[in-house]
Amino acid sequence: MNKILIVAEHDGHNLNAAIAKCVSCARAIESAHVTIAVFAADPTAVAAQAANIAGVDTVVTVAHAANAHALAATLAPQVAELAGGYSHVFGPSTTFGKDLMPRVAALLGAPQLSDVMAVESATRFRRPIYAGNAIVTVEVAAGTQLVATVRVASFEAAKAAAAAAPISAATLKAELPTHTRFVSISAARSDRPDLQTATRVISGGRAFGSAENFQLLYALADKMGAAVGASRAAVDAGYAASDMQVGQTGKIVAPELYMAFGISGAIQHLTGIKDARTIVAINKDAEAPIFEVADYGLVGDLFQIVPELERLIAAGK
Amino acid sequence: MKRILVAIKRVVDYNVRVRVKPDGTGVITDGVKMSINPFDEIALEEALRIKEKGLAEEVVAVSIGPADCQQQLRTALAMGADRAIHVQTDAVIEPLSAARIFKSLIDREQPLLAILGKQAIDDDCNQTGQMLAALWGRPQATFASKVEVGATSATVTREVDAGLETIEIDLPAVITTDLRLNEPRYVKLPDIMKAKKKPLDTLDPAALGVTPAEQLRALKFEPPAQRSKGVMVKDAQELVAALRSKGLV
Repeated sequence: MNKILIVAEHDGHNLNAAIAKCVSCARAIESAHVTIAVFAADPTAVAAQAANIAGVDTVVTVAHAANAHALAATLAPQVAELAGGYSHVFGPSTTFGKDLMPRVAALLGAPQLSDVMAVESATRFRRPIYAGNAIVTVEVAAGTQLVATVRVASFEAAKAAAAAAPISAATLKAELPTHTRFVSISAARSDRPDLQTATRVISGGRAFGSAENFQLLYALADKMGAAVGASRAAVDAGYAASDMQVGQTGKIVAPELYMAFGISGAIQHLTGIKDARTIVAINKDAEAPIFEVADYGLVGDLFQIVPELERLIAAGK
Repeated sequence: MKRILVAIKRVVDYNVRVRVKPDGTGVITDGVKMSINPFDEIALEEALRIKEKGLAEEVVAVSIGPADCQQQLRTALAMGADRAIHVQTDAVIEPLSAARIFKSLIDREQPLLAILGKQAIDDDCNQTGQMLAALWGRPQATFASKVEVGATSATVTREVDAGLETIEIDLPAVITTDLRLNEPRYVKLPDIMKAKKKPLDTLDPAALGVTPAEQLRALKFEPPAQRSKGVMVKDAQELVAALRSKGLV
């Protein structure tokens, strides 16, 4: 049996949608026994959500005031203590998982695979390298404890369970450091869907020319129920917030529909969107590389096309 | 001495379109331009700025890998690093081995900060800094977009999925850099000349007590699945009609 521990990402109230995708990845391993670990000040609500994912065998909660904010230095010793006896320790390939899991791996003395995109067996996995320009198949020796982050765009979310998995509470001995302290988070509060789980994403590039012009995109997004992303160039230029960046070093998205406005299509951006079901590119430059990967391409001026799309989509509703 | 250790990885240049070898044993690196990993360049720039503010006294650039890594270390010295350490090896260095090598250098150098790029653009692992912090038992501030160093602690703003998070970390600590932390300086010709005279020490991993383990065996490399080119539409109306027929809008 392969015992797999998945570290839950949450905001204290809601389980992150990435976790149901980690469960699908774990379930792809033969004879998997899947446990979700919830570290929180009060894990009750999040644990209940975790227990309701199909394919989850057990949920373990660790309640501690120090777990009110997800600090890798605080969480890692707890995850490492809990991980004894597990063959695999998974986290999502989000900034939460990317921050935490290598720290856990080092405490365990275990190797880590980042961004697992496919499972071939309990010891053999596939992952992208060089911004997705190559896919490598990697094998660990049988019996080696493995830490991994799951590339969430590569997996469908596990469905809701027919019956909830049992939840148990664990008490850990790990000494928690005080050298790392949470100060604040400034999240751009938005009613729009989350970029990484949205079914529709529309992104803008440097062609918008200003943060004000990005408003055109927000107006269209609101008509479509879409999340808004941006190219690195647009973020660097200050037109969009850093948490909107899509690509190799930003967010990987996998929506049903991705629309790129004024984005030329650098390889680093394309790696973040190639799991989208349908890609639409709108660009002034007919030679832009984005058209090579687009299902639908439209050459033209985005300052005319974006408002026109907004009008046409609103009219059709 | 208040010292900052900076990781410098030699990688295929950012602008190179990487291709897989036809026999699937790796990617083509022969005759390909090699550079400092862009995130490491940002790490070095940040270290230099901290030193220039008088908050550190020495910046040491460290690279692990084959003999050619000295080219990138010379560039780091030209940018302004005071000295360089090359841990020379032809072995495959996984992130955990790299972290162990850095940890042994930390034991020797006793730095105030170790600054690393958040990921290398070749293997895209995003692990070494966090692993180093764990082995060192010290704080980590990953994906930094702003760093303020105080007397005994630092305040770091991090780019996270939800927005910007600020944390406070006691020193010494590990910081990993994100893209928007700074814009690295250009190297000037006189600095390249001066860099030739700066100290560059070469060490063996064994001298640091580390035997690089290969726990993750790469079996084969493949090009990614290609998306086929779609159709061009003539205007917004045709586009909306196409998307509507597929139920996408």
